[in-house]
Amino acid sequence: MIRMEGITKKFGETEVIRGMDLEIKNGEVFTLIGPSGSGKTTILRIIDLLEKPTSGRYLFDGMDTQAPGADEISIRRRMAMVFQKPAVLNTTVDENVAFGLKFRKTDSAEIARRVAAALDLVGLSHLTGRRAVTLSGGEMQRVAIARAMVTEPDLLLMDEPTANLDPVSSEIIETLIKRINAERKTTIILATHDMAQGQRLADRIGVIMDGSLVQQGSIHDIFFRPNGQKIARFVGIDTIMTGTVTKNTGGHAFIDVNGVCIEAITPVPPRSRVELYLRPEEVTISLPAPSGQGVKSTRNRLSGTIKKILPNGPFIRVTIDCGFPLVALVTRLSSEDLNLKVGTAVIAEIKATAIHVHAVPS
Amino acid sequence: MSDIISGITQAVNLIITLDPEVMQIALLSLYISLSATILAACISIPIGGLIHFHEFRGKAALLTIIQTLYSVPTVVVGLLIYLFISRSGPLGFLGLLFTPEGMILGQTVLIIPIMLGLVITALGGIDKNIRDTLLSLGATEFQGIFQIIREARFAILGAVILGFGRAISEVGVAMMIGGNIAGETRVLTTAIALQTGMGDFPFSIALGIILLAIALVVVVCLNLVTRRYAA
Repeated sequence: MIRMEGITKKFGETEVIRGMDLEIKNGEVFTLIGPSGSGKTTILRIIDLLEKPTSGRYLFDGMDTQAPGADEISIRRRMAMVFQKPAVLNTTVDENVAFGLKFRKTDSAEIARRVAAALDLVGLSHLTGRRAVTLSGGEMQRVAIARAMVTEPDLLLMDEPTANLDPVSSEIIETLIKRINAERKTTIILATHDMAQGQRLADRIGVIMDGSLVQQGSIHDIFFRPNGQKIARFVGIDTIMTGTVTKNTGGHAFIDVNGVCIEAITPVPPRSRVELYLRPEEVTISLPAPSGQGVKSTRNRLSGTIKKILPNGPFIRVTIDCGFPLVALVTRLSSEDLNLKVGTAVIAEIKATAIHVHAVPS
Repeated sequence: MSDIISGITQAVNLIITLDPEVMQIALLSLYISLSATILAACISIPIGGLIHFHEFRGKAALLTIIQTLYSVPTVVVGLLIYLFISRSGPLGFLGLLFTPEGMILGQTVLIIPIMLGLVITALGGIDKNIRDTLLSLGATEFQGIFQIIREARFAILGAVILGFGRAISEVGVAMMIGGNIAGETRVLTTAIALQTGMGDFPFSIALGIILLAIALVVVVCLNLVTRRYAA
């Protein structure tokens, strides 16, 4: 559906999008994740033809959007965009939803039918005659989604659709997004700085940083096999170790990290410098057992001492000094059972398959 | 003091009895200023929309010039229009000098800057996301501008009412372009100036009361509009 080749965008001398290549397939949910200010909104605006790229090529359904004589309005009318801050016009909810159809000169009976269906889709049928400016943030965002969906777009662009919403409203919107994609087969591109949301909604994810699309792939690729330290940190990998491969037997590597031997699965050959990425939820903590008892088959059993304990939502985030800092997430109950405190000696266990090895270019 | 009280009494009498001369002057004033206001609104609102929606070199300077012209002296506008429509001027062939139509032209030119400036300010007060929202919903540029003007309608109406207030209360253009000809181009402000000079205070006070009444209506309308806009 969308193909971008070498897209750049400059505002004055500032380059906010740098040579971006992007391809979006029909019917998929593609999530753009990245920190605030990384260029997510700009790329969505370029896709929606609200901004012109400074250079590069942008094809929508095979049509070159910058070709002389390209019908911008017709192309834009095949898309709809939901903005981070929903802007509603000072009129009723149903009139707000009807705007896109009025712009397309749809007849009034059809407008009434489709507006009712769109409001039903977002669960706001009971608010039809209400002035839109009196709605809550969550309701306004649902009106914005209804307003976008009423035009039956081929492509729905969503810019941080839940950024300013409470968890309950966010969940309603996320459910709606999944439903729209499942029932209507609408292609969706969603920008978010909330990587967990990206993970929940996406078929594929693109990571955008400093205006560049630094990695794109499946959820597993992005969250477990990040292509570099910055991406790893952004997707919630706390433990990043640097080491050297000492031995590799058929893809089973032994890696020296500050004198500690870590086993991981990778084809990287011996003597290569590597970075090891480890998600905190992949680390299991136990107390040192009396000798000979409870020995497990886990490849990596590291002894260490707890250096820091911090609450992290429903979990406890534990930093262990194993010769390098290692971060683990444990449940509150586990933490209490093990009586974890700063200074407690523990064993951290990590499966070799849980570690992603990223070769550092020499 | 007795002159003032006597003047007010006679003025009220002139108004209550619908004195033909007073009514003719008041109606002519309303005709000229309302016409100028409608003309100025028809020019200022679309031009204001275009200036607001387009970024171009010199936009900031243009806005500064427009704002400076808010306070242009009415006699300067009168002089300018006089030079254009006098017999020897470039528009002299239209025969507008000393006619109500000439006065409408003068008042239109006088109030365009304030109306234009306030329309641009009103549009600037609309959430910037609205424009993008409308375009992303498939609006053409015209549909987008029209819808945003509609969104800012109460603030724009306030600008129009203020323009009318400036038009009906000005004296410079009316005097220089109209010439204060009795029964032809004499309006409230020029009549007050003339009759006061002649010592006919009751007549001047009657016209003054009517002018104040019109101003009161303008202010009340403005307040109602502003209250609705704020709500």
